[in-house]
Amino acid sequence: MNFMPALPLIFLFGSTCAILLIGLYVGERRTSVVYVLSQVALITTVALVIRDAQAAPIVALHGMFVRDRLADLLDIAICLLVVAVFVYSRRYLSDRDMYRTEYFVLALFGVVGMMVINSAAHFLSLYLGLELMALSLYAMVAFQRDSARATEAAMKYFVLGALASGMLLYGMSMLYGVTGSLSIAKVASTISAMPPGNIVLVFGLVFVIVGLLFKIGAVPFHMWIPDVYDGAPTVVTLYIGTAPKVAALALILRLLVGGLQALSPSWREMLVIAAFLSMGVGNVVAISQTNLKRMLAYSAIAHMGFALLGLAAGGREGYADALFYLLIYSVMSLGAFGLVALLSGPGREIEYIDDLKGLSQRNPWIAFLMLLLMFAMAGVPPTAGFYAKLAVIQAAVDAHLIWLAVAAVLFSVVGAYYYLRVVKVMYFDAPEDDRPFVLPLDGKFLFGLNGLSMLLLTPWIGTIIAFCHSAIQGLP
Amino acid sequence: MTFEQIVFYFFSGVLVLAAVVVVTVRNPVKAALALVLAFFSAAGLWILLEAEFLAIVLVLVYVGAVMVLFLFVVMMLDINIAELREGFGDYLPIGGIVAALMVVEMAIILGPRRFGLAKVPVPQAHGATFSNTRMLGDLLYTTYVYPFEIAAAILLVAIIAAIALTMRRRPETKYQNPAEQVRVQRSDRLRIIRMPSEKKG
Repeated sequence: MNFMPALPLIFLFGSTCAILLIGLYVGERRTSVVYVLSQVALITTVALVIRDAQAAPIVALHGMFVRDRLADLLDIAICLLVVAVFVYSRRYLSDRDMYRTEYFVLALFGVVGMMVINSAAHFLSLYLGLELMALSLYAMVAFQRDSARATEAAMKYFVLGALASGMLLYGMSMLYGVTGSLSIAKVASTISAMPPGNIVLVFGLVFVIVGLLFKIGAVPFHMWIPDVYDGAPTVVTLYIGTAPKVAALALILRLLVGGLQALSPSWREMLVIAAFLSMGVGNVVAISQTNLKRMLAYSAIAHMGFALLGLAAGGREGYADALFYLLIYSVMSLGAFGLVALLSGPGREIEYIDDLKGLSQRNPWIAFLMLLLMFAMAGVPPTAGFYAKLAVIQAAVDAHLIWLAVAAVLFSVVGAYYYLRVVKVMYFDAPEDDRPFVLPLDGKFLFGLNGLSMLLLTPWIGTIIAFCHSAIQGLP
Repeated sequence: MTFEQIVFYFFSGVLVLAAVVVVTVRNPVKAALALVLAFFSAAGLWILLEAEFLAIVLVLVYVGAVMVLFLFVVMMLDINIAELREGFGDYLPIGGIVAALMVVEMAIILGPRRFGLAKVPVPQAHGATFSNTRMLGDLLYTTYVYPFEIAAAILLVAIIAAIALTMRRRPETKYQNPAEQVRVQRSDRLRIIRMPSEKKG
């Protein structure tokens, strides 16, 4: 058996276990050791992925694991996102007595789960990776033990997540019943050899789609998103809002595109409905939110709608555009939630949009970066967010889904209102208290990079899209 | 009717009856015991399907460990489940309709028309010397070693999560440090004072 293709995964798993033991040994006062080791582990994993990046897919571990361009790209994206999440969350955690080994270890185990999903070639590894990720997330949401809201959010997330996993598993068992195999490649070849219109397959597909839409947080399975984003500690929201979204897309690509491509006429219809509803509900409900985290949660639902637009358009182009959209979104989301975490100093929690009042007078540079991020989320032209929206809408037009493309444009106009309201509050409202915001140096530097990337990425947009295309080409 | 069919219908009947008792009986201890019966009947069905290992594990793990633990918890916590179940009658009609609909839907999809003997052949019967456990072990540690290891990681995360969420120093608990107890000196505990003796009156 060849273990080498799974080396980055095995390395990260091993170092996470080592960090767990080291964390016990160094004690609670020197969590910085754990922090540094976690960052080193993640960056080394990225280096290992890049070191033997594969052009041709390699299937290993008895057909359970596949290493291809898509897996490599998503692994790198997830590890780098989590590195940034750790940088943003360090001071927030230490201010709130949450700077403990378990936070980092659970987050790293979550990354292991996501990497398992990214390179799953079998229903079993896909499902177990999903559970590994989800279990880490449930525990992280409940991490602030004395907060009743966090506990309630974790409870809600756990119960609904278990239900969604059950749905997904039930759908998978139906597919197994029809095809007689759990290997994604074998399922794909069996289904394409069968006559169309098998009702058991469609029945299983519906359950699978329900599970997937729940995990990515699309309407009508979005109920948990605002409560969990709002109730969880901000740094956990930051984590949930970035890396797991990328993994959820990997889940969809592996299952629907990799395994059930033959059923794409059926699932594209379902995704069209989910995309339309997500863009509508997300953008319209976000307008009435005064809580910043809830507003960003509804914005996440709307953005998932846009990503689904690319998937619903179908074809390699559409999938690549959805992947590109999600990668850009995860960077925007990282910045927006990162700002909330960075500005929440000791004894101060940024919770409402009004808490940002007059940010431009107190800290013009940070306000400018947030402006860039909000413009990117709204899809204002020179920013990367514009190109992402353009790509998915283009894909929808190419797939003759003109009405959906028009709806997407209209909803993004609606969405511009609440993004620009944040800008208005920052620039035109007088500050309510003049306590200065003191940001840690590393967080400030990274946030600068994060905000400016919305502009600086523009010349390389074509390269990134080409990279997404080559990643999608590797799928069977 | 063959003997196998008689055994099948017997176990299935007991299983369904026990399951109904679990959700209808008022006393939680009786409900837990009915669940034990349901597990036993399911284990019997699995034996009939030649899945001996699964049947034994079901009895050992669920009946032997999980349900006994559950019974302890029910007895120790003294929860008034009758109060929790107050709305049972109110929700029965709608719940019943949903359940009936689901049964009908599943019967339509999963009925013998699609999964009958004509579509799915009878699995090959094995002799008495065939070891189910050995086959499972062989597969689990070779072909399925990767998912097996991920499952182990999931259990590890569950342990970490449980400890991270529940273990803490509470000021009100009477926590003893054994090292300090061993190192204790006479002067820490005992104070000798000199006082004049009193005369008995």
